[in-house]
Amino acid sequence: MSDASTRNNPDVEMLRVSDLHAFYGESHILHGIDFSVNRGELVTLLGRNGAGRTTTLKAILGLTGRRTGSIMINGRQVIDLPTHRVAHLGVGYCPEERGIYASLSAEENLLLPPAVNSSGMSLDEIYEMFPNLQERRHSPGSRLSGGEQQMLAMARILRTGARLLLLDEITEGLAPVIVQTLGRVITSLKAKGLTIIMVEQNFRFAAPLADRHYVIEHGRIVETVTKDELDSKMQLLQKLLGV
Amino acid sequence: MDIFGIPIQALMGQLLIGLINGSFYAILSLGLAIIFGLLNIINFSHGALYMMGAFGAWIGLTYLGINYWVALVAVPVVVGIFGMIIERTMLKHLYRLDHLYGLLLTFGLALIIEGLFRYRFGISGESYPVPELLSGGFNLGFMFLPKYRAWVIAVSLVVCFGSWYIIERTKLGSYLRAGTENPQLLQAFGINVPLMITLTYGFGVALAAFAGVLAAPVFQVNPVMGSNLIIVVFAVVVIGGMGSIMGSIVTGLGLGLVEGLTRVFYPEASAVVIFVIMGIVLLLRPAGLFGRER
Repeated sequence: MSDASTRNNPDVEMLRVSDLHAFYGESHILHGIDFSVNRGELVTLLGRNGAGRTTTLKAILGLTGRRTGSIMINGRQVIDLPTHRVAHLGVGYCPEERGIYASLSAEENLLLPPAVNSSGMSLDEIYEMFPNLQERRHSPGSRLSGGEQQMLAMARILRTGARLLLLDEITEGLAPVIVQTLGRVITSLKAKGLTIIMVEQNFRFAAPLADRHYVIEHGRIVETVTKDELDSKMQLLQKLLGV
Repeated sequence: MDIFGIPIQALMGQLLIGLINGSFYAILSLGLAIIFGLLNIINFSHGALYMMGAFGAWIGLTYLGINYWVALVAVPVVVGIFGMIIERTMLKHLYRLDHLYGLLLTFGLALIIEGLFRYRFGISGESYPVPELLSGGFNLGFMFLPKYRAWVIAVSLVVCFGSWYIIERTKLGSYLRAGTENPQLLQAFGINVPLMITLTYGFGVALAAFAGVLAAPVFQVNPVMGSNLIIVVFAVVVIGGMGSIMGSIVTGLGLGLVEGLTRVFYPEASAVVIFVIMGIVLLLRPAGLFGRER
Protein backbone atom coordinates (compact mmCIF):
# COMPACT_ATOMS: atom_id res chain seq x y z
CA MET A 1 0.00 0.00 0.00
CA SER A 2 2.63 2.51 1.09
CA ASP A 3 6.35 1.93 1.17
CA ALA A 4 8.33 1.90 4.37
CA SER A 5 9.79 5.37 3.98
CA THR A 6 6.45 7.17 3.99
CA ARG A 7 4.64 4.78 6.28
CA ASN A 8 5.90 6.24 9.52
CA ASN A 9 6.16 9.83 8.38
CA PRO A 10 4.24 11.67 11.09
CA ASP A 11 3.28 14.58 8.87
CA VAL A 12 1.27 12.59 6.38
CA GLU A 13 -2.44 12.77 6.99
CA MET A 14 -4.02 9.31 7.42
CA LEU A 15 -7.58 10.38 8.07
CA ARG A 16 -9.43 13.66 7.71
CA VAL A 17 -13.08 13.89 8.66
CA SER A 18 -14.80 17.14 7.68
CA ASP A 19 -18.31 18.32 8.45
CA LEU A 20 -19.49 14.74 8.91
CA HIS A 21 -23.20 14.33 9.54
CA ALA A 22 -24.73 10.91 10.13
CA PHE A 23 -28.24 9.61 10.68
CA TYR A 24 -29.93 6.48 11.96
CA GLY A 25 -33.22 6.54 10.11
CA GLU A 26 -34.77 9.88 11.04
CA SER A 27 -32.51 10.65 13.97
CA HIS A 28 -29.63 12.99 13.28
CA ILE A 29 -26.69 11.77 15.41
CA LEU A 30 -23.55 13.51 14.13
CA HIS A 31 -23.80 17.26 13.52
CA GLY A 32 -20.64 18.14 11.63
CA ILE A 33 -17.65 16.27 13.06
CA ASP A 34 -14.21 17.66 12.09
CA PHE A 35 -10.89 16.10 13.00
CA SER A 36 -7.79 14.68 11.43
CA VAL A 37 -5.19 12.09 12.37
CA ASN A 38 -1.68 11.83 11.00
CA ARG A 39 0.09 8.61 10.27
CA GLY A 40 1.39 6.93 13.40
CA GLU A 41 -0.70 9.05 15.76
CA LEU A 42 -3.05 7.79 18.42
CA VAL A 43 -6.09 9.89 19.22
CA THR A 44 -9.06 9.25 21.44
CA LEU A 45 -12.67 10.22 21.13
CA LEU A 46 -13.99 11.07 24.58
CA GLY A 47 -17.44 12.04 25.72
CA ARG A 48 -20.48 10.94 27.60
CA ASN A 49 -22.59 7.98 26.54
CA GLY A 50 -24.70 8.86 23.52
CA ALA A 51 -22.47 11.79 22.52
CA GLY A 52 -21.71 10.19 19.14
CA ARG A 53 -18.28 8.59 19.63
CA THR A 54 -19.22 5.08 18.50
CA THR A 55 -21.32 6.56 15.70
CA THR A 56 -18.26 8.49 14.49
CA LEU A 57 -16.29 5.24 14.12
CA LYS A 58 -19.23 3.54 12.44
CA ALA A 59 -19.80 6.48 10.11
CA ILE A 60 -16.17 6.30 8.93
CA LEU A 61 -16.87 2.71 7.86
CA GLY A 62 -20.30 3.45 6.43
CA LEU A 63 -22.17 1.41 9.05
CA THR A 64 -24.69 4.13 9.89
CA GLY A 65 -27.61 5.31 7.80
CA ARG A 66 -27.31 8.35 5.55
CA ARG A 67 -24.09 10.42 5.81
CA THR A 68 -22.98 13.76 4.42
CA GLY A 69 -19.65 15.54 4.58
CA SER A 70 -16.21 14.24 3.75
CA ILE A 71 -14.03 11.36 4.93
CA MET A 72 -10.54 11.18 3.44
CA ILE A 73 -8.40 8.12 4.08
CA ASN A 74 -4.85 8.43 2.79
CA GLY A 75 -5.99 11.34 0.65
CA ARG A 76 -8.85 9.40 -0.87
CA GLN A 77 -12.52 10.35 -0.52
CA VAL A 78 -14.40 7.34 0.88
CA ILE A 79 -17.82 8.64 1.87
CA ASP A 80 -19.41 7.13 -1.23
CA LEU A 81 -17.61 3.78 -0.99
CA PRO A 82 -19.45 0.68 0.24
CA THR A 83 -18.28 -0.56 3.65
CA HIS A 84 -16.26 -3.52 2.39
CA ARG A 85 -14.23 -1.30 0.07
CA VAL A 86 -13.28 0.99 2.96
CA ALA A 87 -11.90 -2.01 4.85
CA HIS A 88 -9.63 -2.83 1.92
CA LEU A 89 -8.04 0.63 2.18
CA GLY A 90 -6.43 -0.67 5.36
CA VAL A 91 -8.99 0.10 8.04
CA GLY A 92 -9.31 -2.38 10.92
CA TYR A 93 -12.37 -2.21 13.15
CA CYS A 94 -12.77 -3.55 16.66
CA PRO A 95 -16.41 -2.99 17.60
CA GLU A 96 -17.97 -2.37 20.98
CA GLU A 97 -18.98 -5.75 22.47
CA ARG A 98 -15.98 -7.13 20.51
CA GLY A 99 -17.98 -8.80 17.76
CA ILE A 100 -16.65 -12.32 18.26
CA TYR A 101 -18.68 -14.77 16.19
CA ALA A 102 -20.17 -17.45 18.45
CA SER A 103 -20.64 -19.97 15.63
CA LEU A 104 -16.97 -19.77 14.61
CA SER A 105 -14.00 -21.21 16.47
CA ALA A 106 -11.41 -18.82 17.87
CA GLU A 107 -9.09 -19.54 14.97
CA GLU A 108 -11.88 -19.17 12.39
CA ASN A 109 -12.63 -15.78 13.93
CA LEU A 110 -8.97 -14.90 13.69
CA LEU A 111 -8.74 -15.89 10.03
CA LEU A 112 -12.08 -14.38 9.03
CA PRO A 113 -11.12 -10.87 7.85
CA PRO A 114 -9.26 -11.01 4.54
CA ALA A 115 -5.75 -9.53 4.54
CA VAL A 116 -5.76 -6.00 3.13
CA ASN A 117 -2.02 -5.94 2.47
CA SER A 118 1.05 -8.07 3.08
CA SER A 119 2.28 -6.19 6.17
CA GLY A 120 -0.04 -8.01 8.59
CA MET A 121 1.23 -10.17 11.43
CA SER A 122 1.60 -13.88 10.76
CA LEU A 123 -0.33 -16.43 12.76
CA ASP A 124 2.88 -17.30 14.65
CA GLU A 125 3.49 -13.66 15.59
CA ILE A 126 -0.12 -13.32 16.71
CA TYR A 127 0.13 -16.40 18.92
CA GLU A 128 3.38 -15.09 20.34
CA MET A 129 1.68 -11.82 21.25
CA PHE A 130 -1.46 -13.56 22.59
CA PRO A 131 -0.42 -17.03 23.83
CA ASN A 132 -3.89 -17.70 25.28
CA LEU A 133 -5.43 -17.62 21.84
CA GLN A 134 -3.25 -20.48 20.68
CA GLU A 135 -4.40 -22.70 23.53
CA ARG A 136 -8.02 -21.78 22.86
CA ARG A 137 -7.89 -21.80 19.07
CA HIS A 138 -10.38 -24.66 18.62
CA SER A 139 -12.88 -23.33 21.18
CA PRO A 140 -16.08 -21.77 19.85
CA GLY A 141 -16.05 -17.97 20.06
CA SER A 142 -18.87 -18.07 22.60
CA ARG A 143 -16.77 -20.08 25.09
CA LEU A 144 -13.97 -17.53 25.38
CA SER A 145 -13.69 -15.28 28.42
CA GLY A 146 -14.19 -11.53 28.04
CA GLY A 147 -10.44 -10.95 28.07
CA GLU A 148 -9.79 -13.67 25.51
CA GLN A 149 -12.53 -12.27 23.30
CA GLN A 150 -10.95 -8.83 23.43
CA MET A 151 -7.49 -10.21 22.60
CA LEU A 152 -9.05 -12.12 19.72
CA ALA A 153 -10.84 -9.00 18.44
CA MET A 154 -7.51 -7.14 18.44
CA ALA A 155 -5.55 -10.01 16.94
CA ARG A 156 -8.14 -10.40 14.21
CA ILE A 157 -7.44 -6.95 12.77
CA LEU A 158 -3.68 -7.08 13.32
CA ARG A 159 -3.43 -10.12 11.07
CA THR A 160 -4.97 -8.25 8.13
CA GLY A 161 -2.26 -5.62 7.90
CA ALA A 162 -4.68 -2.74 8.51
CA ARG A 163 -2.77 0.51 9.17
CA LEU A 164 -5.65 2.53 10.59
CA LEU A 165 -7.31 0.94 13.61
CA LEU A 166 -10.70 2.00 14.95
CA LEU A 167 -10.99 0.62 18.48
CA ASP A 168 -14.27 0.98 20.33
CA GLU A 169 -14.15 0.63 24.15
CA ILE A 170 -11.56 -2.12 24.16
CA THR A 171 -11.04 -2.03 27.92
CA GLU A 172 -14.70 -2.13 28.88
CA GLY A 173 -15.50 -4.71 31.52
CA LEU A 174 -12.02 -6.24 31.63
CA ALA A 175 -9.88 -7.08 34.67
CA PRO A 176 -7.03 -4.62 35.44
CA VAL A 177 -4.35 -7.14 34.50
CA ILE A 178 -5.88 -7.56 31.04
CA VAL A 179 -6.20 -3.81 30.63
CA GLN A 180 -2.46 -3.59 31.36
CA THR A 181 -1.74 -6.18 28.69
CA LEU A 182 -3.85 -4.22 26.22
CA GLY A 183 -1.89 -1.10 27.12
CA ARG A 184 1.36 -2.89 26.22
CA VAL A 185 -0.16 -4.14 22.95
CA ILE A 186 -1.31 -0.63 21.99
CA THR A 187 2.10 0.82 22.83
CA SER A 188 3.84 -1.72 20.61
CA LEU A 189 1.40 -1.07 17.76
CA LYS A 190 2.06 2.63 18.02
CA ALA A 191 5.78 1.94 17.92
CA LYS A 192 5.19 0.04 14.69
CA GLY A 193 3.69 3.16 13.17
CA LEU A 194 0.03 2.17 13.14
CA THR A 195 -2.54 4.95 13.29
CA ILE A 196 -5.11 4.41 16.02
CA ILE A 197 -8.42 6.01 16.94
CA MET A 198 -9.83 4.86 20.26
CA VAL A 199 -13.21 5.45 21.77
CA GLU A 200 -12.45 5.06 25.44
CA GLN A 201 -14.30 5.41 28.70
CA ASN A 202 -11.23 4.56 30.76
CA PHE A 203 -9.38 7.85 30.73
CA ARG A 204 -6.52 6.57 32.89
CA PHE A 205 -5.90 3.92 30.27
CA ALA A 206 -6.06 6.33 27.34
CA ALA A 207 -4.25 9.39 28.71
CA PRO A 208 -0.65 8.10 28.65
CA LEU A 209 -1.10 6.49 25.21
CA ALA A 210 -2.74 9.27 23.23
CA ASP A 211 -1.23 12.14 21.27
CA ARG A 212 -4.50 14.01 21.28
CA HIS A 213 -7.99 13.78 22.74
CA TYR A 214 -11.16 14.97 21.06
CA VAL A 215 -14.19 15.57 23.25
CA ILE A 216 -17.50 14.94 21.52
CA GLU A 217 -20.78 16.34 22.74
CA HIS A 218 -24.13 16.21 20.92
CA GLY A 219 -22.50 14.99 17.73
CA ARG A 220 -19.85 17.73 17.54
CA ILE A 221 -16.24 18.04 18.62
CA VAL A 222 -16.30 20.61 21.40
CA GLU A 223 -12.72 20.44 22.64
CA THR A 224 -9.31 19.27 21.48
CA VAL A 225 -6.71 18.49 24.10
CA THR A 226 -3.15 17.63 23.10
CA LYS A 227 -0.87 15.52 25.22
CA ASP A 228 1.04 18.65 26.37
CA GLU A 229 -2.13 20.45 27.44
CA LEU A 230 -3.39 17.52 29.46
CA ASP A 231 -2.37 18.90 32.87
CA SER A 232 -3.61 22.44 32.25
CA LYS A 233 -6.95 21.31 30.80
CA MET A 234 -7.66 18.50 33.24
CA GLN A 235 -10.38 20.42 35.07
CA LEU A 236 -12.13 21.28 31.83
CA LEU A 237 -11.97 17.66 30.71
CA GLN A 238 -13.40 16.42 33.96
CA LYS A 239 -16.26 18.87 33.65
CA LEU A 240 -16.98 17.86 30.04
CA LEU A 241 -16.84 14.16 30.76
CA GLY A 242 -18.75 14.44 34.01
CA VAL A 243 -16.22 12.38 35.96
CA MET B 1 -40.83 -63.28 7.00
CA ASP B 2 -43.00 -60.91 8.98
CA ILE B 3 -42.29 -58.09 11.43
CA PHE B 4 -45.22 -57.27 13.72
CA GLY B 5 -47.41 -59.08 11.21
CA ILE B 6 -46.22 -56.93 8.31
CA PRO B 7 -44.45 -58.70 5.45
CA ILE B 8 -40.85 -57.49 5.24
CA GLN B 9 -41.22 -56.64 1.56
CA ALA B 10 -44.03 -54.21 2.35
CA LEU B 11 -42.12 -52.71 5.26
CA MET B 12 -38.94 -52.25 3.23
CA GLY B 13 -40.90 -50.89 0.29
CA GLN B 14 -42.49 -48.20 2.44
CA LEU B 15 -39.21 -47.40 4.16
CA LEU B 16 -37.67 -46.92 0.73
CA ILE B 17 -40.44 -44.55 -0.32
CA GLY B 18 -40.01 -42.77 3.01
CA LEU B 19 -36.29 -42.42 2.40
CA ILE B 20 -36.92 -41.07 -1.12
CA ASN B 21 -39.39 -38.49 0.20
CA GLY B 22 -37.02 -37.74 3.05
CA SER B 23 -34.24 -37.05 0.54
CA PHE B 24 -36.37 -34.39 -1.12
CA TYR B 25 -37.41 -32.94 2.23
CA ALA B 26 -33.76 -32.77 3.23
CA ILE B 27 -32.51 -30.98 0.10
CA LEU B 28 -35.40 -28.52 0.11
CA SER B 29 -35.29 -27.73 3.82
CA LEU B 30 -31.50 -27.38 3.62
CA GLY B 31 -31.95 -24.67 0.96
CA LEU B 32 -34.61 -22.96 3.05
CA ALA B 33 -32.36 -23.05 6.12
CA ILE B 34 -29.40 -21.54 4.28
CA ILE B 35 -31.55 -18.79 2.79
CA PHE B 36 -33.30 -18.02 6.06
CA GLY B 37 -29.99 -17.89 7.92
CA LEU B 38 -28.38 -15.26 5.76
CA LEU B 39 -31.30 -13.40 4.16
CA ASN B 40 -33.78 -13.60 7.02
CA ILE B 41 -36.37 -14.49 4.41
CA ILE B 42 -38.77 -17.41 4.58
CA ASN B 43 -38.58 -18.41 0.94
CA PHE B 44 -42.11 -19.46 0.13
CA SER B 45 -41.29 -19.66 -3.58
CA HIS B 46 -39.04 -22.66 -2.86
CA GLY B 47 -41.70 -25.13 -4.03
CA ALA B 48 -42.27 -23.23 -7.27
CA LEU B 49 -38.51 -23.17 -7.93
CA TYR B 50 -38.37 -26.93 -7.32
CA MET B 51 -41.19 -27.30 -9.83
CA MET B 52 -39.23 -25.13 -12.27
CA GLY B 53 -36.32 -27.54 -11.87
CA ALA B 54 -38.51 -30.52 -12.80
CA PHE B 55 -40.10 -28.65 -15.70
CA GLY B 56 -36.70 -27.39 -16.80
CA ALA B 57 -35.55 -31.00 -17.17
CA TRP B 58 -38.73 -31.94 -19.02
CA ILE B 59 -38.63 -28.91 -21.36
CA GLY B 60 -34.95 -29.54 -22.01
CA LEU B 61 -35.61 -33.15 -23.00
CA THR B 62 -38.79 -32.52 -24.97
CA TYR B 63 -37.89 -29.39 -26.91
CA LEU B 64 -34.12 -29.17 -26.86
CA GLY B 65 -33.04 -32.79 -26.64
CA ILE B 66 -31.02 -32.15 -23.49
CA ASN B 67 -30.49 -35.43 -21.62
CA TYR B 68 -30.92 -36.05 -17.91
CA TRP B 69 -27.25 -35.76 -16.98
CA VAL B 70 -26.79 -32.40 -18.64
CA ALA B 71 -30.07 -31.18 -17.14
CA LEU B 72 -28.92 -32.22 -13.68
CA VAL B 73 -26.17 -29.59 -13.92
CA ALA B 74 -27.58 -27.02 -16.34
CA VAL B 75 -31.10 -26.63 -14.92
CA PRO B 76 -29.98 -25.75 -11.37
CA VAL B 77 -27.57 -23.19 -12.84
CA VAL B 78 -30.29 -21.56 -14.96
CA VAL B 79 -32.89 -21.56 -12.17
CA GLY B 80 -30.22 -20.36 -9.72
CA ILE B 81 -29.51 -17.38 -11.99
CA PHE B 82 -33.26 -16.70 -12.14
CA GLY B 83 -33.23 -16.72 -8.31
CA MET B 84 -30.32 -14.27 -8.20
CA ILE B 85 -32.23 -11.89 -10.47
CA ILE B 86 -35.21 -12.08 -8.10
CA GLU B 87 -32.92 -11.37 -5.15
CA ARG B 88 -31.25 -8.38 -6.85
CA THR B 89 -34.48 -6.82 -8.07
CA MET B 90 -36.95 -7.59 -5.29
CA LEU B 91 -35.83 -9.39 -2.14
CA LYS B 92 -32.96 -7.02 -1.35
CA HIS B 93 -35.43 -4.29 -0.52
CA LEU B 94 -36.97 -6.38 2.27
CA TYR B 95 -34.02 -7.31 4.52
CA ARG B 96 -34.66 -4.57 7.05
CA LEU B 97 -38.33 -5.42 7.36
CA ASP B 98 -40.16 -8.11 9.29
CA HIS B 99 -40.04 -11.76 8.04
CA LEU B 100 -43.67 -11.41 7.04
CA TYR B 101 -42.88 -9.18 4.06
CA GLY B 102 -40.40 -11.63 2.59
CA LEU B 103 -42.85 -14.46 3.11
CA LEU B 104 -45.63 -12.53 1.37
CA LEU B 105 -43.45 -11.49 -1.56
CA THR B 106 -42.10 -15.00 -2.15
CA PHE B 107 -45.59 -16.46 -1.72
CA GLY B 108 -46.83 -14.06 -4.40
CA LEU B 109 -43.96 -15.04 -6.65
CA ALA B 110 -44.78 -18.72 -6.16
CA LEU B 111 -48.39 -18.10 -7.20
CA ILE B 112 -47.29 -16.17 -10.30
CA ILE B 113 -44.73 -18.79 -11.36
CA GLU B 114 -47.20 -21.62 -10.82
CA GLY B 115 -49.91 -19.72 -12.63
CA LEU B 116 -47.69 -19.17 -15.66
CA PHE B 117 -46.74 -22.85 -15.84
CA ARG B 118 -50.35 -23.89 -15.37
CA TYR B 119 -51.40 -21.56 -18.17
CA ARG B 120 -48.75 -22.91 -20.54
CA PHE B 121 -48.68 -26.60 -19.64
CA GLY B 122 -52.03 -27.36 -17.96
CA ILE B 123 -52.28 -29.42 -14.80
CA SER B 124 -52.52 -32.88 -16.29
CA GLY B 125 -48.82 -33.46 -15.77
CA GLU B 126 -46.02 -34.78 -17.92
CA SER B 127 -43.91 -37.85 -17.42
CA TYR B 128 -40.13 -37.91 -17.58
CA PRO B 129 -38.37 -41.16 -18.44
CA VAL B 130 -35.80 -42.68 -16.11
CA PRO B 131 -32.36 -42.26 -17.73
CA GLU B 132 -31.21 -45.44 -19.42
CA LEU B 133 -28.13 -45.88 -17.25
CA LEU B 134 -30.33 -45.99 -14.14
CA SER B 135 -33.23 -48.09 -15.40
CA GLY B 136 -33.79 -51.52 -13.94
CA GLY B 137 -32.89 -52.40 -10.41
CA PHE B 138 -31.19 -54.69 -7.93
CA ASN B 139 -32.80 -57.74 -6.41
CA LEU B 140 -31.74 -57.62 -2.78
CA GLY B 141 -33.42 -60.92 -1.94
CA PHE B 142 -35.91 -59.41 0.48
CA MET B 143 -36.92 -56.60 -1.90
CA PHE B 144 -36.46 -55.12 -5.34
CA LEU B 145 -34.52 -51.82 -5.34
CA PRO B 146 -34.95 -49.72 -8.49
CA LYS B 147 -31.60 -48.25 -9.52
CA TYR B 148 -32.99 -44.76 -9.96
CA ARG B 149 -34.33 -44.67 -6.39
CA ALA B 150 -30.99 -45.81 -5.01
CA TRP B 151 -29.38 -43.04 -7.05
CA VAL B 152 -31.75 -40.38 -5.67
CA ILE B 153 -30.98 -41.39 -2.10
CA ALA B 154 -27.23 -41.57 -2.67
CA VAL B 155 -26.92 -38.29 -4.52
CA SER B 156 -29.14 -36.49 -1.99
CA LEU B 157 -26.95 -37.68 0.85
CA VAL B 158 -23.84 -36.54 -1.00
CA VAL B 159 -25.31 -33.12 -1.77
CA CYS B 160 -26.67 -32.60 1.75
CA PHE B 161 -23.58 -33.66 3.63
CA GLY B 162 -21.35 -31.94 1.08
CA SER B 163 -23.23 -28.70 1.73
CA TRP B 164 -23.00 -29.26 5.46
CA TYR B 165 -19.24 -29.81 5.20
CA ILE B 166 -18.71 -26.67 3.14
CA ILE B 167 -20.76 -24.55 5.53
CA GLU B 168 -19.44 -25.91 8.81
CA ARG B 169 -15.87 -26.85 8.00
CA THR B 170 -14.43 -24.54 5.34
CA LYS B 171 -13.29 -20.94 5.08
CA LEU B 172 -16.08 -20.18 2.61
CA GLY B 173 -18.57 -21.58 5.12
CA SER B 174 -17.10 -19.44 7.90
CA TYR B 175 -18.10 -16.38 5.86
CA LEU B 176 -21.62 -17.74 5.57
CA ARG B 177 -21.86 -18.48 9.30
CA ALA B 178 -20.43 -15.07 10.18
CA GLY B 179 -22.82 -13.38 7.75
CA THR B 180 -25.71 -15.19 9.36
CA GLU B 181 -24.65 -13.95 12.80
CA ASN B 182 -23.54 -10.36 12.12
CA PRO B 183 -23.43 -9.28 8.47
CA GLN B 184 -22.59 -5.63 9.22
CA LEU B 185 -19.36 -6.48 10.98
CA LEU B 186 -18.44 -8.99 8.30
CA GLN B 187 -18.74 -6.24 5.72
CA ALA B 188 -16.65 -3.93 7.90
CA PHE B 189 -13.93 -6.60 7.65
CA GLY B 190 -13.94 -6.24 3.89
CA ILE B 191 -16.30 -8.97 2.68
CA ASN B 192 -18.72 -8.00 -0.08
CA VAL B 193 -21.80 -9.09 1.86
CA PRO B 194 -24.43 -8.01 -0.70
CA LEU B 195 -22.72 -10.17 -3.33
CA MET B 196 -22.48 -13.05 -0.86
CA ILE B 197 -26.22 -12.77 -0.16
CA THR B 198 -27.05 -12.91 -3.86
CA LEU B 199 -24.84 -15.97 -4.40
CA THR B 200 -26.25 -17.68 -1.33
CA TYR B 201 -29.81 -17.18 -2.51
CA GLY B 202 -28.75 -18.47 -5.92
CA PHE B 203 -27.26 -21.57 -4.26
CA GLY B 204 -30.38 -22.24 -2.18
CA VAL B 205 -32.54 -21.88 -5.28
CA ALA B 206 -30.21 -24.10 -7.29
CA LEU B 207 -30.60 -26.78 -4.60
CA ALA B 208 -34.39 -26.60 -5.03
CA ALA B 209 -34.06 -26.90 -8.81
CA PHE B 210 -31.63 -29.80 -8.39
CA ALA B 211 -34.21 -31.58 -6.26
CA GLY B 212 -36.73 -30.84 -9.00
CA VAL B 213 -34.59 -32.49 -11.69
CA LEU B 214 -34.03 -35.49 -9.40
CA ALA B 215 -37.78 -35.70 -8.83
CA ALA B 216 -38.79 -35.53 -12.49
CA PRO B 217 -38.44 -39.30 -13.16
CA VAL B 218 -39.98 -40.23 -9.79
CA PHE B 219 -43.06 -38.02 -9.54
CA GLN B 220 -45.25 -36.60 -12.24
CA VAL B 221 -43.97 -33.27 -13.58
CA ASN B 222 -46.80 -30.80 -13.07
CA PRO B 223 -47.18 -27.14 -12.06
CA VAL B 224 -48.52 -27.88 -8.56
CA MET B 225 -45.94 -30.52 -7.59
CA GLY B 226 -44.06 -27.86 -5.62
CA SER B 227 -46.96 -26.47 -3.64
CA ASN B 228 -47.99 -29.99 -2.60
CA LEU B 229 -44.52 -30.68 -1.27
CA ILE B 230 -43.60 -27.32 0.20
CA ILE B 231 -46.19 -27.41 2.97
CA VAL B 232 -44.66 -30.62 4.30
CA VAL B 233 -41.17 -29.17 3.87
CA PHE B 234 -42.11 -26.14 5.94
CA ALA B 235 -43.33 -28.47 8.67
CA VAL B 236 -39.94 -30.23 8.45
CA VAL B 237 -38.15 -26.89 8.80
CA VAL B 238 -40.24 -25.93 11.82
CA ILE B 239 -39.55 -29.31 13.47
CA GLY B 240 -35.82 -29.18 12.73
CA GLY B 241 -35.44 -25.56 13.74
CA MET B 242 -35.23 -22.58 11.41
CA GLY B 243 -31.71 -21.93 10.20
CA SER B 244 -29.99 -25.10 11.45
CA ILE B 245 -28.10 -26.84 8.64
CA MET B 246 -27.61 -30.29 10.16
CA GLY B 247 -31.05 -30.03 11.75
CA SER B 248 -32.75 -29.61 8.40
CA ILE B 249 -30.91 -32.57 6.84
CA VAL B 250 -31.46 -35.01 9.69
CA THR B 251 -35.06 -33.94 10.24
CA GLY B 252 -35.81 -34.19 6.53
CA LEU B 253 -34.57 -37.76 6.24
CA GLY B 254 -35.99 -38.77 9.61
CA LEU B 255 -39.47 -37.48 8.92
CA GLY B 256 -39.51 -39.18 5.52
CA LEU B 257 -38.88 -42.46 7.33
CA VAL B 258 -41.50 -41.71 9.99
CA GLU B 259 -44.00 -41.02 7.25
CA GLY B 260 -43.09 -44.31 5.54
CA LEU B 261 -43.45 -46.30 8.76
CA THR B 262 -46.80 -44.69 9.48
CA ARG B 263 -47.96 -45.75 6.04
CA VAL B 264 -47.22 -49.36 7.02
CA PHE B 265 -48.64 -49.44 10.51
CA TYR B 266 -51.47 -46.91 10.35
CA PRO B 267 -51.94 -45.69 6.76
CA GLU B 268 -54.83 -43.40 7.69
CA ALA B 269 -52.44 -41.13 9.63
CA SER B 270 -49.63 -41.01 7.08
CA ALA B 271 -50.73 -37.70 5.57
CA VAL B 272 -50.91 -35.92 8.91
CA VAL B 273 -48.21 -37.53 11.02
CA ILE B 274 -45.64 -34.83 10.19
CA PHE B 275 -48.05 -32.09 11.22
CA VAL B 276 -48.87 -33.87 14.47
CA ILE B 277 -45.14 -34.05 15.22
CA MET B 278 -44.85 -30.37 14.31
CA GLY B 279 -47.57 -29.49 16.80
CA ILE B 280 -45.91 -31.47 19.57
CA VAL B 281 -42.46 -30.00 18.84
CA LEU B 282 -43.83 -26.46 18.76
CA LEU B 283 -45.43 -26.99 22.17
CA LEU B 284 -42.36 -28.55 23.79
CA ARG B 285 -39.45 -26.89 21.95
CA PRO B 286 -40.66 -23.81 20.08
CA ALA B 287 -37.23 -23.22 18.49
CA GLY B 288 -37.28 -26.72 16.92
CA LEU B 289 -35.27 -29.84 17.68
CA PHE B 290 -31.95 -28.38 16.50
CA GLY B 291 -32.77 -24.67 16.62
CA ARG B 292 -31.54 -21.99 18.97
CA GLU B 293 -33.81 -19.33 20.42
CA ARG B 294 -33.12 -16.00 18.85
